[in-house]
Amino acid sequence: MASHAVDAAASGESPTLLLIRRSDAALAAALRQRYRVLDSFASGEPLPAFLAAAAAAAAPDPPRAAVIVSSSVVRVDAALLDAFPSLRCVVNTGAGVEHVDLGECARRGVAVANSGAVYSVDVADHAVGLLVAVLRRVSEAERFVRRGLWPVQGDYPLGSKLGGKRVGIIGMGRIGSLIATRLQAFGCVIYYNSRRPKDSVSYKYFPHVLDLATESDVLIVACALNKETRHIVNKDILDALGKDGIIINIGRGAHIDEAELVRALNDGRTAGAGLDVFENEPEVSAELLSMNNVVLTHHMAVFTLESKSDMCDHTIANLEAFFSGKPLLTPVLPK
Amino acid sequence: MESLGVLMLDPMDDYLKQELGRRFQLLRLWDAPPDRHDDFLRANAESIRAVVTGGGSGADAALIDALPGLEIIASYSVGVDRVDLPRCRERGIRVTNTPGVLTDDVADLAVGLAIAALRRIPQADRYLRAGQWKDNGDYPLTTRFSGKRVGIIGLGRIGLAIAKRGEGFDCPVSYYQRRDLAHANYTYYPTVVELARNSDVLVVACSLNEQSRRIVDREVIEALGPRGVLVNIGRGGHVDEPELVSALVDGRLGGAGLDVYADEPDVPEALMALDNVVLAPHMGSGSLETRTAMADLVLGNLEAHVLKKPLLTPVV
Repeated sequence: MASHAVDAAASGESPTLLLIRRSDAALAAALRQRYRVLDSFASGEPLPAFLAAAAAAAAPDPPRAAVIVSSSVVRVDAALLDAFPSLRCVVNTGAGVEHVDLGECARRGVAVANSGAVYSVDVADHAVGLLVAVLRRVSEAERFVRRGLWPVQGDYPLGSKLGGKRVGIIGMGRIGSLIATRLQAFGCVIYYNSRRPKDSVSYKYFPHVLDLATESDVLIVACALNKETRHIVNKDILDALGKDGIIINIGRGAHIDEAELVRALNDGRTAGAGLDVFENEPEVSAELLSMNNVVLTHHMAVFTLESKSDMCDHTIANLEAFFSGKPLLTPVLPK
Repeated sequence: MESLGVLMLDPMDDYLKQELGRRFQLLRLWDAPPDRHDDFLRANAESIRAVVTGGGSGADAALIDALPGLEIIASYSVGVDRVDLPRCRERGIRVTNTPGVLTDDVADLAVGLAIAALRRIPQADRYLRAGQWKDNGDYPLTTRFSGKRVGIIGLGRIGLAIAKRGEGFDCPVSYYQRRDLAHANYTYYPTVVELARNSDVLVVACSLNEQSRRIVDREVIEALGPRGVLVNIGRGGHVDEPELVSALVDGRLGGAGLDVYADEPDVPEALMALDNVVLAPHMGSGSLETRTAMADLVLGNLEAHVLKKPLLTPVV
């Protein structure tokens, strides 16, 4: 029953909020201090049962806003919006809104927000960390040391210098820009591709990813995932990048034709990769797991203490804006 | 090029070895078994006028004294803490190192180790390879690198390069060294303890000498604290290693990114068991590009010596 999920102490005059999450108790606690929260996780019910009960018990103050934490488990579509006709605002704690039918929301006057720039810095730092780890062989050398091989086999084989490397960034939004600033300090040369050139940056622009790949030593995927960018890194791009090329992916697994990348790495047609995301998470191909020239992390680029705290503040800031009749801080509009 | 007799102490680099063999009369110490080194030196002492050594091998008084014809020691490293410099000065022996060409690589690794330690990248890689990724609900959150206070011990070439990279991450940078450089962007602390107290990431980037040996001691480690991270791309000798290990095990120090150790290539077993350290096998200058440049500097110094021209990068 939805009543289990409501914090009685806050059920006075606070507006009702629908919260769909599988974790993040800290966020839930912060929200409960301000709102009357219908909490999917606290209900202990499977999601469909929770939603049905929450919809039935919504009166007298049905939820006008929803916070979606677990984007993978719920679609914000006509069905959900029919079940909660009172909803006028959906705040997503993540950056991606692939699970939201933006057109349907717009038709019904439901405002949608995402995490804005909350995660950008940590993702950018992670991209740089992956690149240094790949080029300078940090992760594989660490395994070498921990296996006790340094006294036995002598010094570790040489890596490759960052300075002077041509880094092609696919996507020059906030994350791409932060990556560019950081890598420039390492002496990298920055190139980029995006739908349109950005006046705010002075890096060399390539209208076509293929040309970017041809001229780059490293490709970093830092764009949003949509129909046009699915498998934006494919066999042609990998061939153009060449056998000394490095791929870094801190976007989405679907940005890269993973099977093709694995083949290229296996054949020595691509030199190495740093991957935080995969096409079929949490599955990672056994071939990748056995390669030394890749650095693999489990979709963790956003997960720091600081970004968690920032995300909580940012979510509440969006909700406060909505409940006081102001525009959302980080609205997402249909294309 | 005249036939300068050059003694190379260990294989260190194939390109360097080949070029030394091509350009000079090369003698290779490792051609003799370790217990025959003294005999080897005695047998060849007259012809050896130059020694090529590495950061770890150095050249001690015993070696220098065994070579009466020695004119120059060229180190394939920037650190010459293991070369007996006073003895060289006494004998009028020149000493060269390889500064500058490795600055970027070492600074890159320092920052790379800091990010790797704070964001636990190698640990995550191992976690994933061990098949432990289900929904990572229970994987601990790491901490952001950008904006962390970076404290650098030694603001020489490498220290400055690290500072510049730190600025790219909006890290406030401060430093300690004997002299206040009154740098516009970086804060000076007159003691290492104060620097550590005011830093989240403490990087050792000075040369090793009598004053800087064990400069990172228990007091400094504790001032850095349970959320602090130590990055060492200097020398193992800069740090009180038993204290460091104990602090990491106890949690009195948050973490470390280490490229150097007291007794390379041996890394303390206790460190290997820890998850809050990143352990690199002394590869600060370990890129093909940089090692080639270092080798060229060694060769260039030897050639300058033979041609009686000014040495390129003399230390003595």
